[in-house]
Amino acid sequence: MPRLYINNLSVEVERGTTVLEAARWLGFPVPTLCHADGLAPYGACRLCVVEVQNARGSKLLSACTLPAEDGLVVFTHSERVERARKLLLELYVATCPQSKTIQDLASRYGIRQVRLAPAWEDCIQCGLCVRMCEQQMMAGAIGFAYRGPKRRVARPFDKTSERCRQCGACLYICPVCELRCHGRQAETTLCSGCLNFAPACLDFHDHAMCYLDPCLACELAGPHRQDLLLPGRIGRASSGKDKGELP
Amino acid sequence: MSERGRLRTAKDLDGLAAEGLRTLYPAQPKVLVGAASCGRAAGAAGVLGAAQEEVARLGLAWRVAETGCIGWCSQEPLLDLWMPGHGRVSYGRVKPADARRIIRAAASGKPDLRQALAWMAGDENPCTAVHTPYTRGSNGWFIGLPEYAELPMFARQARIVLRNSGIIDPTSLEEYAARGGYRALLRALTELQPEDVLREVTLSGLRGRGGAGFPTGEKWRRVREAAGNTKYVICNADEGDPGAYMDRAVLEGDPHSVLEGMAIGAYGMGAREGVIYVRAEYPLAVERLRTAIEQAERVGLLGDDIFGSGFSFRVRIVRGAGAFVCGEETALIASVEGHVGEPRPRPPYPAQQGLWGQPTCINNVETWANVPVIILRGGAWYASVGTERSKGTKVFSLVGNVRNTGLIEVPMGITLGEIVEQIGGGAREGRTIKAVQIGGPSGGCIPAEQFHLPVDYESLVQAGSIMGSGGLVVLDTGNCMVDVARYFLEFLEEESCGKCFPCRVGTQRLREMLSRICAGQGTEADLALLEDLCWVVRETSLCGLGQTAPNPVLTTLRYFRHEYLAHVREHRCPAKVCRELITYFIEPTLCDGCHACVQVCATEAILGEKKAVHRIDNSKCIRCGACLEVCQPKAVQVI
Repeated sequence: MPRLYINNLSVEVERGTTVLEAARWLGFPVPTLCHADGLAPYGACRLCVVEVQNARGSKLLSACTLPAEDGLVVFTHSERVERARKLLLELYVATCPQSKTIQDLASRYGIRQVRLAPAWEDCIQCGLCVRMCEQQMMAGAIGFAYRGPKRRVARPFDKTSERCRQCGACLYICPVCELRCHGRQAETTLCSGCLNFAPACLDFHDHAMCYLDPCLACELAGPHRQDLLLPGRIGRASSGKDKGELP
Repeated sequence: MSERGRLRTAKDLDGLAAEGLRTLYPAQPKVLVGAASCGRAAGAAGVLGAAQEEVARLGLAWRVAETGCIGWCSQEPLLDLWMPGHGRVSYGRVKPADARRIIRAAASGKPDLRQALAWMAGDENPCTAVHTPYTRGSNGWFIGLPEYAELPMFARQARIVLRNSGIIDPTSLEEYAARGGYRALLRALTELQPEDVLREVTLSGLRGRGGAGFPTGEKWRRVREAAGNTKYVICNADEGDPGAYMDRAVLEGDPHSVLEGMAIGAYGMGAREGVIYVRAEYPLAVERLRTAIEQAERVGLLGDDIFGSGFSFRVRIVRGAGAFVCGEETALIASVEGHVGEPRPRPPYPAQQGLWGQPTCINNVETWANVPVIILRGGAWYASVGTERSKGTKVFSLVGNVRNTGLIEVPMGITLGEIVEQIGGGAREGRTIKAVQIGGPSGGCIPAEQFHLPVDYESLVQAGSIMGSGGLVVLDTGNCMVDVARYFLEFLEEESCGKCFPCRVGTQRLREMLSRICAGQGTEADLALLEDLCWVVRETSLCGLGQTAPNPVLTTLRYFRHEYLAHVREHRCPAKVCRELITYFIEPTLCDGCHACVQVCATEAILGEKKAVHRIDNSKCIRCGACLEVCQPKAVQVI
């Protein structure tokens, strides 16, 4: 059984375990977009990169494809890893601003600015749908076509394959079409859904679909959060003082 | 080739070599035409045909043969004449009519030395370490011609990998044997244990010539020690860097050297099967390899029980479909297996799990071609060439804005300045060299101030570039460094397989930003973002393509930041290359009204009557530069 070190914690895992599994087992949250339990690791989204130390220095490797080996020294949240993830997420939001999954991750990683113009892509080519179709649904009805900037998920000859049972598993697992983010701010491309609501905080809306964590709108509002609250409405989070000022 | 049985002993090989010597240095004169792809592109096929016709017409018993690339690209097509007792002479820029004239003159006993470039005094053979003079010290017929070794372009070269290229007929197994070919394999199989082979290669200090420079001996040891009975060796001949053609030259000029190297490696590592992955865009290389494999199989140099040692080795050719990324080893393996050529993360390394999940050793053409010499001369001899950590020689294709372009092989440790100034002959008329782009699209630009740097793996990495597979593009004051970076990013964006996100999207965004800067629409904030993007693409990409893709941007930003700043601050292109930032105009005091520019202008943007001063209508001008080239009094200018 290989013994490795993750963030200076020693852990013994079964042979064949990946570093991602070991890190998550220890409770370190490693973000991923192209990983799903039950599907073969793919290593394409690169969000799960971790810093691996060796004799010659250290390098970033994707945790989902890295087999846990004896004596491996891994850091899941080093400065270098965090910088890489932040820049990757900035690139992800700029590519696919309408993905709520990506907006949530970006918010959690403190992305407050996207310096690139939005591309409004509908696909980040994480390959989850392709692997889902092939490995879980045993259909293999979709795959990748073309190369580089032209590469895309495609059906054979762009016609629905007779192997496709229209089970919808591809839609279910897609991190982009699963939940759409509709509340982007024009200047930053970042979700600020609640700013579109009145009052501007989701604390006041029981049935809102979107719920960023942490809520960017509230953070953006900062000390002026109170100003976002429209007069005449009572919210769960509002204080008694607000209530007293009601007409 | 006469029918011959299987080779079993050293004596059999001697017989083969003796036969080769008879065609290599025949008693009758011989005509050689450099007819590798490069020569053919320059018209060598016509020259070859004319030479054959002329020899037949005159009823001469001369041999007319093809040979590989000798590396003197700027003089192609090259025709060589071997005159027994007088040595060998090379003629440059030969047209079919010239070939006929040269042969007629030689047949009549009066040499024609027009177009003659240089004289070859003897045969320097790195395999056998024997120098065979062609003549007794005098250049007989060829008086007044410089010797090859005296030419600045060749004086500094050391040809180990290119030992046979341009010397032998690549379709002749006998001529390869005559130059010490398959001696190393014989020695390995009859005198050395596999362990000894590995020891010699480790001792030689040979490092991967594909670019990354991994120690070859170490890689071989890992494959040898990996668990499993089935192992593979692969020759990576998927050379794809723009302007680089080292591997093609070796495959077209000396295919047996690669086969022999692979067989020796397979013996050392315990493999029985080899694959040569060669790009389909190299049809001549594929043809040469096919011929070589057939020849070697026929005499038992490939196949079962080679030299009666019990060792068996077979090689097959797999043609790549033209994806740059398939030069990456895991993508190459996927492609050989019939999958889409996309890389997978390492570890596991191919040495652990490669082709069909078995331990696999992948080396590139140049690395394999070095192996026979190492085995024959010993690792210690090989290690005596080069620097402390980079041993041996490196082949470069020297191209760009330099006087002598060509395929060169230099000892490691030679400085960039020596390559550019001595071998390359320095800048072209009226220009100044400002940088070299080394290592292909994954490499970087090294400025002229750094030309004291020695060519070795570590120095180049420190300067922000990599050794790469051997592209060396010389850039001068007429090149815009932002434009150069944009060109390479455009290439990489196209060639990225698209599997991993940072490489696919990152190269795309980088190219977009560079295009914007070239168009004068960039800002200084863009430069910071450019650096951030480069960093993340380099750090997080899945394979070597993405990890090195930002190098052209990073090195130009590091050494030529002032050019970027001129673009973003002043919206000016210092090299006057970026079309959106330049304007053509005609200096009225210089214009003699010759009308030449009007005739070449495709958009009718130049106004003016003959004998009167012309002017350019900038609303129509597309800044193609056609007028600039034809203007004799240099009245057309760019600002």
